[in-house]
Amino acid sequence: MSESLEEIAHRKDKGALREMLRSQPFWVTVALVLMCVVMSQMSNVFFTEDNFFNVTRNFAFIGIIAMGMTAVIITGGIDLSVGSVVGISGMVTAMVLHAGHSWWAGIIAGLLTALACGLVNGILIAYVRLSSFIVTLGMFGIARSLAQVLSENHMIYEFGPDEKIFFQIGGGMFLGLANPFVLLVLLTVFFIIVFRYTTWGRWVYAIGGNENAARLTGVPVNRMKLSVYVLSSLMAGISAVLLVSWQGAAINAMGTGYELRVIASSVIGGADLMGGAGGAYGSFIGAALIEVIRNSLLLAGVDANWEGTFVGLFIVFAVLLSKFRGMRSG
Amino acid sequence: MRLFELRGISKNFGAIQALTGVNLKIDAGEVLGLMGDNGAGKSTLIKIMAGNFLPTSGEIWLKGEKVEFHNPVDARNKGVEVVYQDLALCDNLTAAENVFLGREAKRKFGPFNLIHYSAMFREAARHFAELKSETRPRDLVRQMSGGQRQAVAIARTRLSNPDIVLMDEPTAAISVRQVAEVLDLIRRLRDQNIAVILISHRMPDVFAVCDHVSVMRRGKVVADKPIKQTSPEEVTGLITGAIETA
Repeated sequence: MSESLEEIAHRKDKGALREMLRSQPFWVTVALVLMCVVMSQMSNVFFTEDNFFNVTRNFAFIGIIAMGMTAVIITGGIDLSVGSVVGISGMVTAMVLHAGHSWWAGIIAGLLTALACGLVNGILIAYVRLSSFIVTLGMFGIARSLAQVLSENHMIYEFGPDEKIFFQIGGGMFLGLANPFVLLVLLTVFFIIVFRYTTWGRWVYAIGGNENAARLTGVPVNRMKLSVYVLSSLMAGISAVLLVSWQGAAINAMGTGYELRVIASSVIGGADLMGGAGGAYGSFIGAALIEVIRNSLLLAGVDANWEGTFVGLFIVFAVLLSKFRGMRSG
Repeated sequence: MRLFELRGISKNFGAIQALTGVNLKIDAGEVLGLMGDNGAGKSTLIKIMAGNFLPTSGEIWLKGEKVEFHNPVDARNKGVEVVYQDLALCDNLTAAENVFLGREAKRKFGPFNLIHYSAMFREAARHFAELKSETRPRDLVRQMSGGQRQAVAIARTRLSNPDIVLMDEPTAAISVRQVAEVLDLIRRLRDQNIAVILISHRMPDVFAVCDHVSVMRRGKVVADKPIKQTSPEEVTGLITGAIETA
């Protein structure tokens, strides 16, 4: 008995290093560091405070949404609607402020809009048992279209009496870091703990691993599924509020194409589209890598339109990588 | 007092009569083999005992009380645990996490209730040691052998300290050496005074561990005998219908 316990403890020590070397977020971190070293040699702008500030802020909007997306992907689902939810939540926030209401009313209205989108997605997926791909593809179209209808195709750039306070939220800084980035760091730490140390977090993984087993052991699978889609939309709503506040303007095309970058962040960070794997740190580092690549292309004078090609290739590459890894261990 | 008894259980799905007047009884520390061909009604019966279906008619008695199982969690809370044929394990989680799935050990951390991993690893290790299985609580189920996976599924049933464990074809898809391991696990459960109902196709396994055997054919129990008073030949005859009843 004591011998076997010793054996278990021993195994854990040896396993920690091996586990790190096998984890995708670790290698993405290595890639990111290498990329930064190379860029600092090639461009004298890359390692400036200004560029650092911009890069971290830019990927914060994506990274925040990726926290929710990762939970969805771990359960084995997908949320294609996040970009459109950013669009409609941002537009609602802007319109409420434009109508002269206070800053918190605007934020609450935006978040409630996102919540509503998430509830519709979640109920249809968890309780009506429709495929997440189809439901969120529908929401992708609906939310974007409603944003266009609501805005009547106008851009909003006047935000009423609370304009200054509102702009400070997404445009301000804390300890020299952009507020959105500070929030992303806090959320990442929060979700690392939630995924590992709460029953909600473990059940997300259990559902992705074997939904039937989770159901039989008494995990409230339907409620859990509803919760991840609500979370995903809510994160999109938070990101939208910050985005509008930072840009100081709202257009109905806000968030277009975000779903691709968000999914890419999660997947590059180790989330498995078949469910059961993924993590908060991985999503953070995945979002960072995509933004550093985009920034590098810009600094290198490459046409910014190439970004989508790179991001798309990255998704395919990350999925290929996990397939090969699965073949080796299986 | 009888530990567990089914009295006149019938189940029909529309026009199809799956079970007709099934009687079954088992005492603590007993292993009952439930045998029958495909379509004999074993799966339906298991699902009724596990709380997946309510019977159309008939009664379930547990420790001298009439009970009704409305869902699997309900059955578990009342003392009936099931080891499913596919084991219902999450490959991406550790052995300990699977054992505790749905009832994780937690500890207060300020205002938060966080998962208590070391307690789960310790408890799971204790259960594996009790089952004399070389299963490590921290290993992912994905990396485990068939016998180890069975140990995880069985250790899970130990958590609620059940009166009865139902095992659905535990030896159907594993190697000969692992079958011996699983049969040992069943003996360990019996030694802890748990009643085990073993649903199996494999005659040698039933004759190796069971005290009693019940044979089903076309939704009815056609024989219920102590294992010492029957033979594989007779049971085969009962399963196929070559022998009507015994």
